[in-house]
Amino acid sequence: MQKIAVPVLAILGFLALWEFVVWVNGWPNYKMAAPSDLPAAYVRFAPLFLEMGWQTLWRTVAGLIVAVVAGTALGMAMGFSRIARDALYPLLVGFNAIPKATLVPVIALIFIGRHDFNTVLMAFLISFFPIAVSVGIGLATLEPEYRDILRALGASRVTIFRKIALPKTLPEFFGALKVSVTLAFIGTNLVEIVSPHGRGLGALFKSGETNGDYPLMFAVLIALAVLGIVLYYAVVALERIFAGWAERPHG
Amino acid sequence: MANLIEIKGVTHAYRTGRGPFPVLSDLNLTIPEGEFAAVVGPSGCGKSTLTRLIAGLMRPDRGEVWLRGEPVRGPRKTVGMAFQNPVLLEWRTILQNVILPLEIVAPRIPRRQREDRAMELLDLVGLKGFEGKRPSELSGGMRQRASLCRAIVHKPEVLIMDEPFGALDAFTREDLWQTMRDLRAKEPFTCVLITHDLRESVFLGDQVLVLSGRPATTQHVLDVDLPADRTLDILFTPKVAEMLHLLRDQIRIAQGRAPVAAAGGHG
Repeated sequence: MQKIAVPVLAILGFLALWEFVVWVNGWPNYKMAAPSDLPAAYVRFAPLFLEMGWQTLWRTVAGLIVAVVAGTALGMAMGFSRIARDALYPLLVGFNAIPKATLVPVIALIFIGRHDFNTVLMAFLISFFPIAVSVGIGLATLEPEYRDILRALGASRVTIFRKIALPKTLPEFFGALKVSVTLAFIGTNLVEIVSPHGRGLGALFKSGETNGDYPLMFAVLIALAVLGIVLYYAVVALERIFAGWAERPHG
Repeated sequence: MANLIEIKGVTHAYRTGRGPFPVLSDLNLTIPEGEFAAVVGPSGCGKSTLTRLIAGLMRPDRGEVWLRGEPVRGPRKTVGMAFQNPVLLEWRTILQNVILPLEIVAPRIPRRQREDRAMELLDLVGLKGFEGKRPSELSGGMRQRASLCRAIVHKPEVLIMDEPFGALDAFTREDLWQTMRDLRAKEPFTCVLITHDLRESVFLGDQVLVLSGRPATTQHVLDVDLPADRTLDILFTPKVAEMLHLLRDQIRIAQGRAPVAAAGGHG
C-alpha cells in the first residue's frame, strides 16, 4: 500500500506544483504548458502517440540489447585480460566523454536515410559504457579464493565463469543496466529529434516545436518519462529474478 | 604408511618489478597418508604459497611436489581447499554451496545422491536444519563449517586449509577444532593446515612443521604423540605446555630473535 501510495502522491504533488507555477505566472500555453493542457493533447494525437511511442520503445530496447551484448563482451575482455584492460580503458573513457549529440550528423552522413539503424546505433553507443565498466570491474575484483576453490578441482575457465564469476557480477551488471536504460532513451531521442523526417516520440516533439504546440511538446516529454519509468522497473523486475539474492532483508 | 605428500627441495620466488622475491628455499617435507600436518611460521614466510603448490595451482621454480607417488603438474580433482574467508556463494543455499565441488568432479552423479552426501556432512558439523539458508543468514562459525563441508564433500585425498579459523573468536575456534577432530574420525583424509595458532597446531596436528622466516625452509618438525580423541583439556597438561613452549622458541628463532630458553634435545 505504502509502496504505491507514496510515489503516486509524490507525482501528484509535482504536477500540482507545476500547475501552480504556470498559473501564478499567468503563462499562456504558447509559452509554457500546464499539466491541465496535456490530456487534450493526448486525446488529439492519440494514434500518433501510440505509433511513435512504440517506435521509440522498440529502438531503445534494441539499442539496449546490443549494449548489453557488446558491453558484457568488452567487460569480460577487460576483466580477464590485463592487456585488454590497459588497452581499452583510455579508449572507452575518451569515447564516453564525447557528447553524443556531435556524433548524430556523422552517423547520419555515413548511413544516410537508415533511420531505424541510426537510432538503434546511437542508443547503443550512449549506453554500453556503464555495462562494460561494471562487468569489467566485477570480474577483475573477484577474490582469488573464489577462483581457487574451483580451479583446484581442475575446472575450466568457462566453468569458473559460469558458476562463479557471472553470477557474482550480476548485481553490478543490473546496477549499470539501470543507468543504461535512461541513457539509451537519450540516445534514441537525440537521433529522432535531430534527423529530418524522423519518426518516434522525438520526431513528434520536433513537430510540436515546429508548430509552436507547447502542450504537445510537454505531452511528449511526459510520455518519454513514462516509458523511461516502465523500462526502468522492467529492469528492476529482472534484477529481482536473477540477482534477488543480493538484496538484504530490511530490518 | 606410505607418504602421500612429498615436497622435495622446493624453491620458489615471485617475480616483481624490483627483481625476484624469494619465498621458499629448498623446502622439504613429507606427510604420510592420513596424517594431519600443521604448518606454522612467521607472517609472510610463504605458507600460503605452499598450499597453492600442493594444490597444483602453481608450479615451483625448482624442486617437486609429489602426491601419491606422482609429481603434481597441475590441479587435480583429489584436493579440497578451505580458506580464512569461507568464500561461500551468496546466490546459493548452504546445501547448494556444499554440493559445488561434486558438480565439477562428478557431474554424472544424480542430484539426489549429491544432496544426500552433502546432508550427511552438514549433519556431522551440526548444520542440519540450515541447509536451505543463504550464507548471509549464518554466523561466521557456521559459514566456516559449511566451507569445511564443501572442502571434503568429494572425499579428497588431501584437505588443504589456509588459516581457516583465523577470523573466528576464541570460543568458536575451539568449537571448530573439535568439529575438525570429529570429522577426521568419520571421514579419513590427509590434511595440511596452515595456522598462526600454536595451540591449534598441537590440538589438531599429528606433526607440526615450523617454517623458517622468508625464504622459508623446514626449520623444525614436532611429532605430536597425543591420542587421536584428544579433548580441549589436553591443552592444559604439562606435556602440551612443553610442546607449546618448544614451538614458541622455534618461532622466535624463525623470526630471527634469540630463544628465551634453549630448545634443547629436539630437531
